Amino acid sequence: MLNEITTLLKKDFTSEFRQKATLNGILLYVASTVFIAYQVFNAIEELTTWIALFWIILVFASTNASINSFKAESSQAYYYYYSLCSASSIIFSKLIFNASLLLVTAGLTFGLFVLLMGNPIENSILFSLVLLLGILAIASTLTLVSAIASKTNNNSTLTAILSFPILLPVLLTAIKASVLCGLGFGWEDCVVYVSTLGLLNLLTIALSYVLFPYLWRS
Amino acid sequence: MRNWWKALAVILLLFTLIGGFLIEVPKQVILYESIRNLYFHVPMWFSMILLFFVSTIYSVKNLSSGKIVDDTKAVELVNTGIVFGILGTITGSIWAKFTWGAWWTNDVKLNGSAITMLIYLAYMVLRGSMDDEQKRARISAVYNIFAFVLLIVFIGILPRMTDSLHPGNGGNPGFNNYDLDNNMKLVFYPAVIGWVLLGFWIANIRIRLNKIKQQLIY
Repeated sequence: MLNEITTLLKKDFTSEFRQKATLNGILLYVASTVFIAYQVFNAIEELTTWIALFWIILVFASTNASINSFKAESSQAYYYYYSLCSASSIIFSKLIFNASLLLVTAGLTFGLFVLLMGNPIENSILFSLVLLLGILAIASTLTLVSAIASKTNNNSTLTAILSFPILLPVLLTAIKASVLCGLGFGWEDCVVYVSTLGLLNLLTIALSYVLFPYLWRS
Repeated sequence: MRNWWKALAVILLLFTLIGGFLIEVPKQVILYESIRNLYFHVPMWFSMILLFFVSTIYSVKNLSSGKIVDDTKAVELVNTGIVFGILGTITGSIWAKFTWGAWWTNDVKLNGSAITMLIYLAYMVLRGSMDDEQKRARISAVYNIFAFVLLIVFIGILPRMTDSLHPGNGGNPGFNNYDLDNNMKLVFYPAVIGWVLLGFWIANIRIRLNKIKQQLIY
């Protein structure tokens, strides 16, 4: 299974590096939205606004990034992969690919935010942990949802409709934890939120692992 | 007496209506007679969550058996659950206007109910975007299970981390502490059972109607 995952990952990364369609699209998306936010707000005085804006832009960028994660696997190619490897290795490879794509997106968004609107985060080590866990949860949710949406007729709209309500718990927890990190609170005050994010991660990954084979078969 | 539970539902709900409006209730500041809404507002949410839970069980059944009947059951239970959710929101909104002074407040539980509605409306949109019966059953079952588990996490964990205007949260005394006296318990528990039974009764009728429709088509 590990072998299959690495092969699939290699295939995904090579095709991404050759076409650069997703990555370039995301880079432009993030750059232009952050720039619009900068034009509107200039320097953001209030911490909550900074964090809310950051996560909202990140969620929309992530949704855009993962909408097409199963596009290449449409119709004919599905049958081919199906004969080659197990469903669980496919979902795990997609999950890892999406997570790394979104981590790059998150790093870039954070860099642009700091560059244009300043860095209000006091406890940056804890913030990066929250960011990492939040992005992982978003990536795993979006991977399964885009797999669901890829089976339907109107893929792009459905991914947003299906994922936003489910992403809300992740987002609210991540935003609360980020605000605490921004104010400089330490580990003891954030541990509830961090462990909730961890729990959400575990749940989404476990559910993806259990449910994806059923999507695959249809 | 196969249908004893339907008779029980009628008796309990008649008792709720008559007893709920006539039996003496404790006099509370702010609440006054609106405390009687407890017999209608709270059971709506219990019924909704139970209907959605049973729907999820049928979705699991559908994935393991592949029978369309299970899918019909799942979707009709969700339909009925949505109606109960809307009723719960309306009764809550009216209650909130009289006690908190606003039709809608930014309260975790209210947000939870709004997200629940969004998730299940998205489930309906997802179903609408597929024509093939087997495929629709399988894919919407996957979404139903995924969404329900995350929903339970959301409404189970988040309200405990933040303050709420609801009784029993954020330093507000719970109804159980002193104002849910024996008189109120006498009506409240039958009300809960009655409304839950009514919910399953409605779902049952809709499922049977659906079966007849399908028999007429084929």
